Amino acid sequence: MKFGVVVFPGSNCDQDMVDVLESLKVKHQVNVVKLWHKEHDLQNCDMVILPGGFSYGDYLRSGAIARFSPIMQEVIAFAGKGGLVMGVCNGFQILCEAGLLPGALLHNNSRKFICKNVYIKPVTDETYITSKLNTNKALKIPIAHGEGKFYAPDSEMKAIYDNGQILFKYCDALGNVTAESNPNGSIDNIAGITNKTKNVFGMMPHPERACDPYLANTDGRGIFDSILNSMALF
Amino acid sequence: MIFSASIQVMPLKALLDPQGKAVSASMKNLNLSAIENVRIGKNITLQVTADTETEALNMVTEACKKLLANPIMEEFEISIKAL
Repeated sequence: MKFGVVVFPGSNCDQDMVDVLESLKVKHQVNVVKLWHKEHDLQNCDMVILPGGFSYGDYLRSGAIARFSPIMQEVIAFAGKGGLVMGVCNGFQILCEAGLLPGALLHNNSRKFICKNVYIKPVTDETYITSKLNTNKALKIPIAHGEGKFYAPDSEMKAIYDNGQILFKYCDALGNVTAESNPNGSIDNIAGITNKTKNVFGMMPHPERACDPYLANTDGRGIFDSILNSMALF
Repeated sequence: MIFSASIQVMPLKALLDPQGKAVSASMKNLNLSAIENVRIGKNITLQVTADTETEALNMVTEACKKLLANPIMEEFEISIKAL
């Protein structure tokens, strides 16, 4: 399986993502390339990942300018043909700005940049990035964002629920989805969503920062294991 | 002709504006607690070359819809004049 990690000016989680994907090589046939934002070639990748960071300095709105970079025109076409695309943090913001995912990420209710471990609960195990996860177990995954409050108008929220597009919800350590465990004011504690056709995925928490035993947290591994598992399954 | 446009982008009224809320709260520190409901947006100015004002307005509207404002969270208002 070939992964492409897009690098925008201002991306800063690209190498963390590449490191995790490279580590999968030990057990699996995995190839990883970086894709510069000015390129037009996705190099036959099976999955394109938009990493976290501050693309274009977050000028105007987070992700607003990155969404029009040359590589994104290819990513949008790729997603339209059913290609797998995943965005983490700033990558999620870019996918919403591009219209590949519904809704938008607003300023956190607290007005603070929040950098800490939170718990998220997988809502479904029927997507490419959640197929190996236990929907009854909370995952400890760090967040690091100032604009992570997921919002969508009521009409879109109905479609999101009707189509089963919610991937993760913020919860407590026991997996209870509560107002106290919502770090940023996201509507219904939403931490990650997919599109209608379930080939585009966005999440604010950073699974790539929770994959190394030296960091004392490997809860993020399940998401990458899910991707590999799904590729063999589907 | 060259036209100058001023675009006011504001967060939708239905949404919480954390910046505005913080500034509203600080009014108490200025002993100006009669001031409330502060909302903060952006003002963008630009120049556009077009044959007519309508053509200029159409281009600026397209720029707003595609990039300068996100309709999910913001509304915009354009004022335009010939230079």
